[in-house]
Amino acid sequence: MAIYTLGIDVGSTASKCIILKDGKDIVAKSLISVGTGTTGPQRAIDEVLANAGMKAEDMDYTLATGYGRNSLDGIADKQMSELSCHAKGASFLFPHVHTVIDIGGQDVKVLHIENGAMVNFQMNDKCAAGTGRFLDVMARVLEVHVEDLEKLDAESTKTVAISSTCTVFAESEVISQLSLGTDKRDIIRGIHKSVAGRVVGLAHRIGIVPDVVMTGGVAQNHGIVNAISEQLGCPIKTSPLTQYNGALGAALFAYIGARKRAKK
Amino acid sequence: MAKPSPGVVALRKVVDDVYEEARLAKLRGEPVGWSSSKFPCELAAAFGLHVVYPENQAAGIAANRNGEMLCQAAEDLGYDNDICGYARISLAYAAGYRVGRKFDPETKEFIINPASGKPLKGEDGKPVIDPETGKPKKDPKTQTPFEELVNIHDIEAIEDPEEREFRMNALKQIRQNRMPQPDFVLCCNNICNCMTKWYENIARMCNIPLVMIDIPYNNDVDVDDSKVAYVRAQFDAAIEQLEKISGRKFDQKKFDEACANANRTAKAWLKVCDYLQYKPAPMSGFDLFNHMADVVTARAKVEAAEAFELLAKDLEENVKNGTSTLPFPEKKRVMFEGIPCWPKLPALFKPLKENGINVTAVVYAPAFGFVYNDIDGMARAYYKAPNSVSIEQGVAWREGICRDNKVDGVLVHYNRSCKPWSGYMAEMQRRFTKDLGVPCAGFDGDQADPRNFNEAQYVTRVQGLMEAMEANENAKEA
Repeated sequence: MAIYTLGIDVGSTASKCIILKDGKDIVAKSLISVGTGTTGPQRAIDEVLANAGMKAEDMDYTLATGYGRNSLDGIADKQMSELSCHAKGASFLFPHVHTVIDIGGQDVKVLHIENGAMVNFQMNDKCAAGTGRFLDVMARVLEVHVEDLEKLDAESTKTVAISSTCTVFAESEVISQLSLGTDKRDIIRGIHKSVAGRVVGLAHRIGIVPDVVMTGGVAQNHGIVNAISEQLGCPIKTSPLTQYNGALGAALFAYIGARKRAKK
Repeated sequence: MAKPSPGVVALRKVVDDVYEEARLAKLRGEPVGWSSSKFPCELAAAFGLHVVYPENQAAGIAANRNGEMLCQAAEDLGYDNDICGYARISLAYAAGYRVGRKFDPETKEFIINPASGKPLKGEDGKPVIDPETGKPKKDPKTQTPFEELVNIHDIEAIEDPEEREFRMNALKQIRQNRMPQPDFVLCCNNICNCMTKWYENIARMCNIPLVMIDIPYNNDVDVDDSKVAYVRAQFDAAIEQLEKISGRKFDQKKFDEACANANRTAKAWLKVCDYLQYKPAPMSGFDLFNHMADVVTARAKVEAAEAFELLAKDLEENVKNGTSTLPFPEKKRVMFEGIPCWPKLPALFKPLKENGINVTAVVYAPAFGFVYNDIDGMARAYYKAPNSVSIEQGVAWREGICRDNKVDGVLVHYNRSCKPWSGYMAEMQRRFTKDLGVPCAGFDGDQADPRNFNEAQYVTRVQGLMEAMEANENAKEA
C-alpha cells in the first residue's frame, strides 16, 4: 500500500506544501505568498490536498518546518528545523550536493552536507542585508516587481557599488543613485553583487565543497545566482522546485517517520 | 524545584558575605573598591581592603531584567549602545542611577504590576480563571511592583529626612542596589580592553584613584620573562597606590595567605568543573555560570575554597547515586562558548531542555582555574585570560575541555557586548569542526542588553545544532 506524506514549510513570507508518494513521487504542491501568523499555512494545506484530490486523513505522516513550524500543533506529527529539511530536499534533487545555500525571506543559511545529511551549518546574524527581505525593500524603492529583478539585471551594462552592511544604508544609497539618474538596471546589478558578497562571506566560513546547490525563492533570480557563482568561483545548481525545497525535505523526513511508525 | 545542595548554599553565602562586608566597611568609613573580575585580588587582600565586582553585579542586574533601563540611562549620559552592556550598567550605577520599585507617594505602598507573577493554581493544581476577564488569575505572592529609574543624588537632595530614608530603603529592596559606591577602582584589562576606558570613566566620574594593571594581548602561547617583568613592575606600583588608599603597609603574611587561598580555590573550582567529564554529567553546565560569581568575587577567601570543596563532595554523591542537577535526561553534550544572555536565561535554557542538550564545557574552567607557586607565577597567571591569550592558546584551552568533557557540538554566543570575544569565534568555530569533527552553531545575543537577543532565531539554531549532532553521530556509526 502506498505511503503518502505531507511536508509543510511555513516561512516568514510564504507557505509551501508538498505531498509525496512513497518518499519519491511528488503528487501535488502548493504555495501561498504569505507565511507564519497569517491564513497562509492553512490555505497552502487546503490547496495541496485539493490539488492531490486527497483529505488530511489520507496523509500517513505530516511534518512541519520553517519559521512557523511550531504553529501547526494538531496538524503536524513532528517539527524539524528548516536547516535539515533544506539539506534533505537538496540531496533528493541533487544527490552529489555537499553545500546548500538557501536565501529565505529573512535569513541566509549555508549547509554542509555529508551523505545526504546536514552535519554543519552557518546562518546570518540579525541583519536583514543579504536576505529576501533586502531584495523586497530594494525592489520597492526602485518601483519594480521583485520577479523582474533577474530580467533587468541581465540588461545591465555596468555595476554600481551598493553597500552590503545594512539594509537601511543600502536603501539610502539606492535612493542617492536614483537621484543622480543612474540606470535602474545597473543599480540592480549592484544590489545583486551586494547580496552575493554577504552570502559568499558566510559560505567561506563553513567552506565550499561542490556540488553547490542554491535553494529558496531567491534562487529563482539568476542575477543573484550568477553573482554568487562568480564570487565563489564555482558553478551553482538550482531546481525549478527551488521554492518548494524545504517542504520537499519535510515530506521526505515525514516518509522516514511514517516508515518508523509502521514498524512499531 | 530541587533543594540546593550544601555546596551551593555555601557558595551563595560566600558571595552574599563579600557584598555585606563591603557595605559594613563603607558604613565604618573604610574605603571600598570596585574591581574588574581578573584583577589580582591578592593585592587588595594584602591590605585587608574590601572590594566588590561590577561585572558580577551587572550580571545580577541583567538577570533581574533591570539591565535595559540602566543601559539606556548610560546611553542618555552619552555612552554608545555598542559599548559592553556590563560597562553601560556599571557606568549608570556609578553615576547614581538605580532601578527602584515604583510606589504611591501618598500611601507609600509599592504599585503592583498586574501583568507580573505566575498563574494562581487551585487545589486541583489547575490555573484559577477570573470569571470577569476569562483569563487565568495571578498568584499575588509572586507579583512584583512596577519599576522605575531613579538617581540616588536626587534622593540625597530631598530635604525631608523621613522621605529621604524611605526612598533609600525602597531602593535597597533590590539586592544589587546595595552595592556601595566606590572609593577607588582596580582595573586589569586582561579580560578586555573596554575595561580600561570603563574604569577610567568611573574614576573620573567619581574623582577617585584608579589602580591599573595593563596586560597586553599575547601573541605567544608562553608568557616570556620580559612580559613577567612588565607585570611585576605594575604590581609594585599598585602596592604603592594601595598603601596610600588604605593608609596601611603591605602585609606579606596576608598576601601569602590570599595567594594560598586563591590557589586552593582554583584547584577546587577545576575539580568541580571536571565533574562535567562524567557521562551523563552529575550537574547542569549552566550551574557553572552561577558558581562563577564565587570565582570572581571571592577566590582569595578560604570560604570560597571550602565551598567549592563542599560542592565537589555533593557532585561526588551525585555520581555515586546516578543523580544530576540537570532537570532532564542528557541526550547530547555541548560546549557553550561565551557569557550567557543573563536577561534571557530561561529562553536560553528552554530549547536546550527540549532537545535534551546539556552544557558540559565552558571556557571559564581553564580561564579562571589558574594555579601558581610564586609571584612570577602569579604574573604569568594573570597574563592568561580569555581575551588576552593568543588564538592558538584559546583554541587549545577549548579543544582540551571539549575532548575531556566529550562534547557532541558547540554553541557559540556572538555577544554584542563583547566584540573581542565574538570577533575570533568564526575562526575558532572553523577549527573546532576541523579538529574535533563536531558541528557548531552561532547565535546573536548579549550578556546584559535584552534588545540584542531574538528567541525565534536562537530556537532554530539550537534545533539545527541538535539535528546536525544526530546526523554526525549517525555518519560516524555508519
